[in-house]
Amino acid sequence: MVAETTAKTLNVTLRVWRQAGPDAPGKFVDYAARNLSSNMSFLEMLDVVNDELTMKGEEPIAFAHDCREGICGTCSCTINGKPHGPGHGIATCQTYMRSFQDGDTIVVEPFRARAFPLVKDLVVDRSAFDRIIQAGGFITARTGSAPDANAIPVPKTDADLAMDAAACIGCGACVAACKNASAMLFVSAKVSQLGLLPQGQPERDQRVLAMVGTMDALGFGNCTNQYECSAACPKAISHDFIARMNRDYLKASVRAAFKPVSASASGGAG
Amino acid sequence: MAQLDSKVPSGPLADKWRKHKTEIKLVNPANKRKYEVIVVGAGLAGSSAAATLAELGYKVKNFVFHDSPRRAHSIAAQGGINAAKNYQNDGDSVYRLFYDTIKGGDYRSREANVHRLAEVSVNIIDQCVAQGVPFAREYGGLLANRSFGGAQVSRTFYARGQTGQQLLLGAYSALSRMIGAGAIELHTHSEMLDLVIVDGQAKGIIVRDLITGEITRHAADAVVLATGGYGNVFNLSTYARGSNVTAIWRAYKRGACMANPCYTQIHPTCIPVTGDYQSKLTLMSESLRNDGRIWVPKRKEDRLKPPASIPEADRDYYLERIYPSFGNLCPRDVASRAAKRVCDEGRGVGETGLGVYLDFAEAIGRLGEAGVRERYGNLFDIYHEITAESAYQQPMRIYPAVHYTMGGLWVDYNLMSNVPGLFVLGEANFSDHGANRLGASALMQGLADGYFVIPYTIGDYLAGQKPGSRPSVDAPEFKAAEENIRGATSRLLGIRGKEPVSHFHKRLGKIMWEHCGMARTRAGLEEALKMIPALREEFWANVNVPGSAATLNQALEQAGRVGDFLEFGELLCLDALRREESCGGHFREEYQYPDGECKRDDTNFGHVAAWEYQGPGRAPLRNIEPLNYEFVKMSVRNYK
Repeated sequence: MVAETTAKTLNVTLRVWRQAGPDAPGKFVDYAARNLSSNMSFLEMLDVVNDELTMKGEEPIAFAHDCREGICGTCSCTINGKPHGPGHGIATCQTYMRSFQDGDTIVVEPFRARAFPLVKDLVVDRSAFDRIIQAGGFITARTGSAPDANAIPVPKTDADLAMDAAACIGCGACVAACKNASAMLFVSAKVSQLGLLPQGQPERDQRVLAMVGTMDALGFGNCTNQYECSAACPKAISHDFIARMNRDYLKASVRAAFKPVSASASGGAG
Repeated sequence: MAQLDSKVPSGPLADKWRKHKTEIKLVNPANKRKYEVIVVGAGLAGSSAAATLAELGYKVKNFVFHDSPRRAHSIAAQGGINAAKNYQNDGDSVYRLFYDTIKGGDYRSREANVHRLAEVSVNIIDQCVAQGVPFAREYGGLLANRSFGGAQVSRTFYARGQTGQQLLLGAYSALSRMIGAGAIELHTHSEMLDLVIVDGQAKGIIVRDLITGEITRHAADAVVLATGGYGNVFNLSTYARGSNVTAIWRAYKRGACMANPCYTQIHPTCIPVTGDYQSKLTLMSESLRNDGRIWVPKRKEDRLKPPASIPEADRDYYLERIYPSFGNLCPRDVASRAAKRVCDEGRGVGETGLGVYLDFAEAIGRLGEAGVRERYGNLFDIYHEITAESAYQQPMRIYPAVHYTMGGLWVDYNLMSNVPGLFVLGEANFSDHGANRLGASALMQGLADGYFVIPYTIGDYLAGQKPGSRPSVDAPEFKAAEENIRGATSRLLGIRGKEPVSHFHKRLGKIMWEHCGMARTRAGLEEALKMIPALREEFWANVNVPGSAATLNQALEQAGRVGDFLEFGELLCLDALRREESCGGHFREEYQYPDGECKRDDTNFGHVAAWEYQGPGRAPLRNIEPLNYEFVKMSVRNYK
């Protein structure tokens, strides 16, 4: 395997957050990373550094990763203060060393937020996102009960907008980028995707109320319209969805307060 | 010797599944909650199965090694999902989808399974739309389709270049709904390390919590494995780094047969390798072959020239030339071998000579840059991030890479392995794709198995198990399995050798790619069968796994998985050696037609090879399930 001639070689200093566990003290540690190819991905660079640490008998840096093509949402480094690093609309795993200069010092930290407790080094626990989805981020469609897929036409503009929102990979960069550690972009993306589609209408009100309520209970902050979330989002999801969710939430709250409820709603006919 | 009864129902092909559904046993609704089912994995097959079984009323435990079920690698599938909806009115039907799939698989899959797959394909699209999957639509609001390899109709449904993501998030939302309802107990960061067999039946698993290191026992009335494919035995592949063979390999070592491990799909359109540090290869979706044209220069001397400077007359659009009726949309195995041949002739492009052009100039002329961007924008962006080149301005350079594995644990028509109570779904089983999988069929199979097959067939097994009869986790079989895992873990941590785990994975991958990749020979495979055991011995003597077992230890996780790949790789090569024919994703140079096409041997190899473990250091047993083609004639695949 011959390296492409377009590749340049560079040396950088990594300043990495090391923390053995949630209760252990953490600190930055510097590592020299030498003779790197500019065609290497950022995570491949970490692989190389980790192999060197292993051979020296030191414990490698724990970092979250899996698909390495920007779609699984596992990777979660804040690089030089930016969640997912310097590129726009990409994840950490899609960051290549050609984005850095020879001699750079690169600061690598975990995504930091109260609702994302640290596990080890650069790994954090983002299960709060799963709990928000479990609270209402779905359309109830029991397997086997679906009508023909073309029975309800969906205007292309709505389907396209729903897809824009659905592109969220659940990585949590929006939370890490926000000074309030708000999860509004994540929650609004799911609320908007399902709320835009005709299939999502029956549960639209209860969905937004349940998801927002769970988000608040899990310790995420509120939105103060700085839009750092969209800027950091690897899928460039628009903050317009936050406004859409706020409208949905308000309407649902009002309706929930005044909507008549059937007295026998929970009972069956026997 | 294992009993391999396929349990294919009798009767006409198109009636088998309907008839079977009316004849298999049912579990009474009030009894369903008395049964516990373990589902390992939460990709398309695992999450759809877990959600649907929970909807039916079974108690489900779902185990994933990821931090969330949404991370499973189904998420990365780009292009689409096939279904015989015939919404385009272009002549599609269940029979045609069945026929294309069985032909695409080079006549090495089971007729009845493939027909069932084609039948339920239409239900999958209905189900996903009902869940809010935002499939691409036409301006009139109806669903859009595109074409994929090996088909002459447009039957592929898609959500931009992220179809797998959207289908998985749909299944994940169904799974999440049932978790929220308390019907599923979700265990994240939990890696299955052993299968527990009690009285000859699968009754539980041993799991390591990847964060705390805690090892726990879990008992159930049935175990469902939906743990994906084993392509990372090649180290470099389009798989996620975490994808592994461990769950199915350990089930194999407990008696489940491993079928056709040599059938590996090498996908023709991936970004070429650039260096030794590389950790993964990135796929460029097959959907690009709808509009991209594949070519290399006619003359070797031109291979390093800027592509735009090579006139049309000096280009060889070799797929269009060799396969005029399918052209750039011939099946993956055919397209990959054709790319290898032109590169072997010295006409490959790029510095390494291991690349061919995928050119969109004609499509940009026809659709405009905006039109191409709407169809493939995200793929062009991915290509740009990795290569720093714009495919709008110059052709992509692509080369085949390991992408999918058709082999897997042997299952019968009910998706149950030869170990009673052990069910295997999705890529982890062997059943539906034969020797080669057509594009947009993996998503179809994963969801068919999870939503529409296992919910029926598991009842047939559970109805024969007395409610509440599952063993306690204090049973001696659980204790022994747990001790076995603890022993293996401390052994890995105790070696403290000189080389990191990645060193062994890279070397194994190199052996596999060179000796058991796109072109295999007897001599090469025999060589690999000597090299792999030697490498395995070196691994167990010289690997360095730092840290402890009582914490998040990614090196330990990797070491366990690579240790299994070092055993499994040998079986894969052995299967490839013993299958003395070429078919689909298994190409033996000795068995080919003069034009380089696969030469099958239906008389001697028209069967499934299901390998049975015989204990450490002993040669595995090669069992055979004959493939009886009652409805389709096994013939030479022709895409010309």
